[in-house]
Amino acid sequence: MAAASMMPIFSQNVSSNSDLVPEWSRQEVSTGTTIMAVEYDGGVVVGADSRTTTGAYIANRVTDKLTRIHDRIYCCRSGSAADTQAIAEVVSYQLGFHSIELDEPPLVETAAHLFRASCYRYREELMAGILVAGWDRRKGGQVYCVPIGGMLVRQPVSVGGSGSSYIYGFMDSNYKPGLSKDQCLDLTTKALTLAMERDGSSGGVVRLATISEDGVERRVILGDQLPKFSTH
Amino acid sequence: MLGEAEPQWISEEVKTGTTIIAIEFNGGVVLGSDSRVSAGDSVVNRVMNKLSPLHDKIYCALSGSAADAQTIAEMVNYQLDVHSLEIDEDPQVRSAATLVKNISYKYKEELSAHLIVAGWDRRDGGQVFATLGGLLTRQPFAIGGSGSSYVYGFVDAEYRRGMTKEECQKFVVNTLALAMNRDGSSGGVAYIVTIDEHSTDEKVILGNDLPTFFDQ
Repeated sequence: MAAASMMPIFSQNVSSNSDLVPEWSRQEVSTGTTIMAVEYDGGVVVGADSRTTTGAYIANRVTDKLTRIHDRIYCCRSGSAADTQAIAEVVSYQLGFHSIELDEPPLVETAAHLFRASCYRYREELMAGILVAGWDRRKGGQVYCVPIGGMLVRQPVSVGGSGSSYIYGFMDSNYKPGLSKDQCLDLTTKALTLAMERDGSSGGVVRLATISEDGVERRVILGDQLPKFSTH
Repeated sequence: MLGEAEPQWISEEVKTGTTIIAIEFNGGVVLGSDSRVSAGDSVVNRVMNKLSPLHDKIYCALSGSAADAQTIAEMVNYQLDVHSLEIDEDPQVRSAATLVKNISYKYKEELSAHLIVAGWDRRDGGQVFATLGGLLTRQPFAIGGSGSSYVYGFVDAEYRRGMTKEECQKFVVNTLALAMNRDGSSGGVAYIVTIDEHSTDEKVILGNDLPTFFDQ
């Protein structure tokens, strides 16, 4: 390979070495994804699609992107599958240990801060966008957003992943404070379905979980049961 | 030799970041756009009307590179004028869209603009055509520009066949407002054009008159 002796300030390439091998074999496994979390009075609803891609190949069409961190704290993972799994495992361990020391169920805010600590410290190496959601006795249902880069912010409703761009408008117009649990489930299902229809990296089934004082209730909505939107 | 760097916006291409939308109803069309033109991080025009007339009852909505989009619109405006003199009647919307498509396709490597063409003609009533990348397709409605990504879900969910003119206008205003809220390259005021058999009506909706949503 010829070494360049003088590099211009910026360079424009017509082609590169990577043209010799198919693109998908160089692609990282990514949870393309659409994830969403909504607070309601008494808990949270979290939802995700189920597609994991390696380039254009769907490596897993029934992925579970809703990962348990503690009894009443879940996270929704988007970005690199490996990175998010690794971070979630580390945080689960740290939180479990902390909860034993405290002798109390941990706070959602604590879990969110642990995620943020890892995502911010290793921000150059990681590609992870995470929603942390759950219920605790102090503040009830909470949703925290930890996007790529390692920021932390609490929001009543949050979406993430590549498919999220397409549903900001839908979410802004359909979410209102004070929705009931069933309205939140309906909103999440519709939003995920709309995103899955437009984003090539999102698809499969819709996985939902409701977290409240009473525990965690999980469900799956299969392809043929998803809501239908007519655009013709 | 160290000199003062010139401001970034001087060297950045001027883009109409944008959100544009056109929708057909029984008897006409409604077009809408935002008004922001950006060069890098600067807004160089906050009141630009991106709905450009191609003929009395045919308009196009501009997005992408401001220079490319305006040039295409002007060229097609001229070609349509000549064409309508030749056939001695008002041109069809499909003709206008085909002229736009021909330029967009032939120069697709050099251009980076997307125009949505919409209007009314006697033969087929209200029609909306998308010309993204040099294709030509008639659609019940079309959205485009950087802000459109954020409202695909909204328009997919809210669109119904057989909406009235007033419902279409409301649909367009809501869509623009949502996109302008989320897209940094869209903003300013909303321009709405309603075309039907009897009239072509241009309207501006100022910032504080736009619909607001739960977080505002």
